[in-house]
Amino acid sequence: MHISTAKFFKRCAMTAIVVASTAFAADAGGPAPAFTLEALSGGQAALSQYKGQVVMVNFWATWCGPCQQEMPLLDQMYKKYKPAGFTLIGVNVDKEAPAVKELLARKPVSFPVLLDPANQVSKAYHVDEMPSSVIIDRKGEIRYIHRGYKPGDENDYQDRIRQLIRE
Amino acid sequence: MRSLRPALLAGAVLLTAACSNIQPWVKPYERDRLADPIMAWERDAISTGYLDHIREAREGSRGATGSAGGGCGCN
Amino acid sequence: MDKARAHRILGRMAVLTALLLVRATSADVLPDDRADLFYSKYSGGGMDITGESVLARKKITEDFALEASYFVDKVSGASIDVLSQASQIKDERKQKTGTIEFVHDKTTYTLSYINSVERDYKSNTTSFSLKQDMFGDLTTLSLGYAHTDDGVGENDGTAFVPIIVWLGHAQSDSYNVGVSQILTKNLIAGLDVNVIYDNGYLANPYRSYRYLDPSNAKGYSLASQIYPDTRTSTAVQGEVKYYLPYRAAVTGSYRYFTDTWGLVGNTYELDYTHPLANIWILEGRLRFYKQNSANFYSDLYQFAGEYNFMARDQDLAAGENTTIGAKVTYAFLPDGWKMFKRATATFDLSRIEFHYLDFRNIKYYGLPQYQPGTEPLYGFNATVYQIYISMFF
Repeated sequence: MHISTAKFFKRCAMTAIVVASTAFAADAGGPAPAFTLEALSGGQAALSQYKGQVVMVNFWATWCGPCQQEMPLLDQMYKKYKPAGFTLIGVNVDKEAPAVKELLARKPVSFPVLLDPANQVSKAYHVDEMPSSVIIDRKGEIRYIHRGYKPGDENDYQDRIRQLIRE
Repeated sequence: MRSLRPALLAGAVLLTAACSNIQPWVKPYERDRLADPIMAWERDAISTGYLDHIREAREGSRGATGSAGGGCGCN
Repeated sequence: MDKARAHRILGRMAVLTALLLVRATSADVLPDDRADLFYSKYSGGGMDITGESVLARKKITEDFALEASYFVDKVSGASIDVLSQASQIKDERKQKTGTIEFVHDKTTYTLSYINSVERDYKSNTTSFSLKQDMFGDLTTLSLGYAHTDDGVGENDGTAFVPIIVWLGHAQSDSYNVGVSQILTKNLIAGLDVNVIYDNGYLANPYRSYRYLDPSNAKGYSLASQIYPDTRTSTAVQGEVKYYLPYRAAVTGSYRYFTDTWGLVGNTYELDYTHPLANIWILEGRLRFYKQNSANFYSDLYQFAGEYNFMARDQDLAAGENTTIGAKVTYAFLPDGWKMFKRATATFDLSRIEFHYLDFRNIKYYGLPQYQPGTEPLYGFNATVYQIYISMFF
C-alpha cells in the first residue's frame, strides 16, 4: 500500500486531532464525544457543527450487509426530517477510501459521509456491533444507541428522532 | 483426587467468571478482512459437498468436514 | 467407484449435506439468496459418474430462509470389483433436499430433510443444527444431529433387466459439535468433532471377500462379505484460515478419524485462494489422505469362514490418495444486473491418485503369472471436473 508523504502526514494530523478531541467514552446518557473527520466530499466536518440539531451518527462499512440494507432508508429519513432540525452523519469505518467512493458512486446518499479509517471515533463511541446508530439530542447528549439493523428498525429510529425533535 | 475437587471447582468458577469478562479483542469495525468472501469457510457448498461425496465413496473416513463462524459479525 | 460403492455413499452423502449446511459465516445473518446450476463428472477406476444439480435458496423474511436442491447422479462403467459380470453398470440416483433456516438474535437454527432414491438403495436423512455466536461474535458454537434410515437392496438381474431384492436396513445417528474462533483480524480457526453410530446392514452386497481355494482355476474363490452390524466412529478436524496482506487466503486443515472397525484415517489439506480485483478468484488445493485397513479386512483369507467378520471392500483397505485441484471463478456480472446482485461461473478440476497398500488388482492379474496374494497392488487415477453457475439475488 503506497500513500504519498503528504497524505500520510495529513492522516497523522487527522488522527492527532481526533485523539485530542475524543476524551470521553460514549454511553447512553453521557455527552457525545466530539470528533472531526475528513469528509468523503472533501474537507473536514466536526460533530460540533451540528450542535442544536438532533444528530444520528451511523457507523457503517462497505463490507457490512445490514449496513447496505439500511442506507437507502436512512437517506429517506434524512431528507424527511432535515427541515425539522435533524442531521444524519454516516461514519464509514473502511480502512481504504476507494471502495467507499465506488459504492457511493453506484448508490449515492445525500447525508454527509465521514471517514474513520483509523477507527478512533468508533473506539470512542464503543461501537460493539455493525452497524451502530447513535442518536444525539440538541444539547449534545447521547440518548439512544441502536445496535445492528433488521428491517423494521427504521420505524424505531423515526420514533426516537421525532421524540427528540419535539423536545 | 478428593482433595483436588474443591480446587477444580474453584478453578471452573474462576474460569467462567474470567470468560464473561473477556472483551472481544477484534472489534466489529475491524472485521473487514474476515468479512471478505475469500475468508468464508465455505464458498460453494454444492461443490464441496460433491468432492466430499467422492472422497467418502473411496475412503473409510467420514464426518467432521465443516466449520461455521467468522465473517462480518453484523447484527 | 462402482455403482455398489455409491450405495454406502448415499447415507453418507445425506449426512454430509446435512453437516455442510452447518457451515456458513456468522450465525446472526442469513446468507444471500442464490441459485446454482451444477454439472460434474468423475472418471476413474473404470467408472464414469456424472452429477447434475440445481439449488435455490431464498429469504422469506429477514429471519427465515428456505433452500431446496435436486441432484441426479448417473453411474456407468465397471469397477475393479466387478469380476464376474460382463455387463456394464448403469444406474441413476436422485436426491432431493429441503432446508429451513431460522435466525433469532445470535442463533441460527437449521432443519433439513434429504431423500435419496435409486433402484437398489433408498436413504432418508433428517437433521437439525444450531449455531450460536458468542463472546462479542468472535466465537461460534455449532451443534448438530442427523438421523439416517437406509434400505439396502441388491440387483440380481442385469443393468437393463433389473431384479431387485431388498436385503435389509441400516440406521445412522450422527452428532457433531464445532467451535469456530476468530483469533486476530486476519486469522480464524475451527475445530469440529463428529461421532457417528451406525447399525444394521452395513455391508456392500456387491462385494465379496476372497479365500484360497486350490480347487478353483484362479486359485481362490469369492464369498459374501460378513460385516459387523454396528459401527461407531469419531472424527476430529481442526482448520485454520489466514488472510494474506495482499488479499489472498490460505487454509490448512487436519482431520483424524478412528472407528470401532479398527480404521484410522488421517487427512491433510492445504488451500490457497487468490482473488483478482472483483472479477476472478483462483484457488489451488492439495490434499493427502492415508488410512490403515479395518480389522476384519483382508485381501485374501486362508479359507471360507476363517473369521466371524470378513471383508474385501476397497473402502476398508489400507491405502492413500493424493489430490491436486484448481478452481477458477469468473464473475460475469460482478456488480449485478437487474435482479441479480452478482453472478459467477466456476470451473473446478481435480486429479486424484489412489494407491492401495493391501488391496490387489485381481481383475487384470492372476495365475499363472501371479499366485493368489502376490498380484500387483491396485492403484488408479481419477479426474473430477465441475462446472457451475451461481446467481446471487
